[in-house]
Amino acid sequence: MSIDTRTPRDGVPEMLGRLAWQLAWGFARIFSIVALLAAWEILARTGTFTPFQLPALSAVLERIWSDAVSGDLAINAGLTLYRALTGFAICAVLGIAIGMAMSRNVVANWFFDPIVSVGFPMPKIAFLPVVILWLGVYDTAKITMIVVDAIFPVIAATVIAIQGVERELIWSARNMGASKRELLHQVILPAASPQIMTGLQVSLPLCLIVAVVAEMLMGGYGLGGAMITAAQFANSTSVFAGIVEIAVIGYVLIKIMVLIRRRLLIWHPEASAPATA
Amino acid sequence: MTRTLIRYLPLLLLALVWEMAARFEWVSNTALPPLTDVVRAWIELTLDGELLRNSASSLYRIAGGLGLAIVIGTVLGIGMAWWKPVNVLLAPIVEVFYPVPKSALIPVTVIWLGFGDGSKILLIFLGCMVPVTIGAFNGARASEQVMVWSARSMGASKLRVLWDVVMPGAMPELLNGIRTALALSFILLVSSELIVAQKGFGYLIGSLGAGGSYDAMYAVVLTVAFLGFAADRAYLEIVRRTLAWRSVA
Repeated sequence: MSIDTRTPRDGVPEMLGRLAWQLAWGFARIFSIVALLAAWEILARTGTFTPFQLPALSAVLERIWSDAVSGDLAINAGLTLYRALTGFAICAVLGIAIGMAMSRNVVANWFFDPIVSVGFPMPKIAFLPVVILWLGVYDTAKITMIVVDAIFPVIAATVIAIQGVERELIWSARNMGASKRELLHQVILPAASPQIMTGLQVSLPLCLIVAVVAEMLMGGYGLGGAMITAAQFANSTSVFAGIVEIAVIGYVLIKIMVLIRRRLLIWHPEASAPATA
Repeated sequence: MTRTLIRYLPLLLLALVWEMAARFEWVSNTALPPLTDVVRAWIELTLDGELLRNSASSLYRIAGGLGLAIVIGTVLGIGMAWWKPVNVLLAPIVEVFYPVPKSALIPVTVIWLGFGDGSKILLIFLGCMVPVTIGAFNGARASEQVMVWSARSMGASKLRVLWDVVMPGAMPELLNGIRTALALSFILLVSSELIVAQKGFGYLIGSLGAGGSYDAMYAVVLTVAFLGFAADRAYLEIVRRTLAWRSVA
């Protein structure tokens, strides 16, 4: 957003000038996306690519519309979202709990630290066949896979965040007679919350990525499953429709997380700092 | 030595619990073959050459996709930070593409390039380019204006400034983005190979699992997990050396 913040002079020409500038800027911001979508439609229409390689944008949107009307879209998107968000909720609760335990308890730290430092950089998705072997191909297996993959950023962020809380804050609170519980709830957690939030923001897209892969491999309903079925029937319009649907869901989820962050951390100095991304 | 042992003791304990759980049949051996059997299967697979053949093709895919992503992502990111028009053109596309769960692209890359190396390299390239671009962009954007001005006033050409001032300044963030990309490349590789492939780690895991030789399947799964971990550690070591100049300053 580049709203002009210099002292406004409210003459009509200046206002018109500002308006024109904002319009031009707004157009420039969406120009490349519009151009990309137009190129997609044109390349598909003119037959540069076969409809199998690149179905026209309009055909894809039509497919999404008919899926939406028939209710398939609601079922598939609902299931994918349900799995991703359940997994995310478990990651958040369990990840923050483990992270807190690690920073408060020596034994917990001793036990979890090597597991986290080895497990974090591993491609845990490779364990998917093992998870299938143990838990089958239904929701439990899919959600387990999501948790295994997406919990590590939350744990790591929580540990680093709590380590980074300023000593002075803790000392003052103790000095003023805060109990251990009060210290944790009123000082440490709030002070650590921006970084914990960042961990959650890393974890959420991972949940969605893994949900889609798990659905692709285990089949059944869900956007991933629908895409892989469509691909097997060489139905590329549905494959592209799936991508657009998943992309929109991913975009909306990430934006919601940014909003939640702003709302939760409204008291924090970062809320008034200029946004970076 | 003892300290390392104490540090990694929990992992050894887990391995021991695994072995015991399998040996004493607390869980069925199909679900969890004993760790020693897994090790034996791993040695057999290695001697057989099968593991090496498949790892070679997997590593080739990662090297290709990640290499392209690093080169093109860095150029795009620094271009976006350095030239306003590039930013206006590309920033919206990056912003829209960034939240797309990249695994959704697996079927499309297959439709475009088939079952072989090409589709995996394209997938890894597309997925990994985003964190590299964002890292390069954030790093280059944060480069200190004073340094740029000083260099310019001392007569450095624009390209010179880009190479000698902006690039080194962007390094830490860029290297961080590449680390994310490295982890992502393994995830995308294994997922795409599990879903459609004729060779590679994912294919090997899938076919061994389908054939019921679970000890060998576990062996490959652990190999991939270890490789991902080792790649990350090796990368961190390289970064530590590359950025050694920063701690001097």
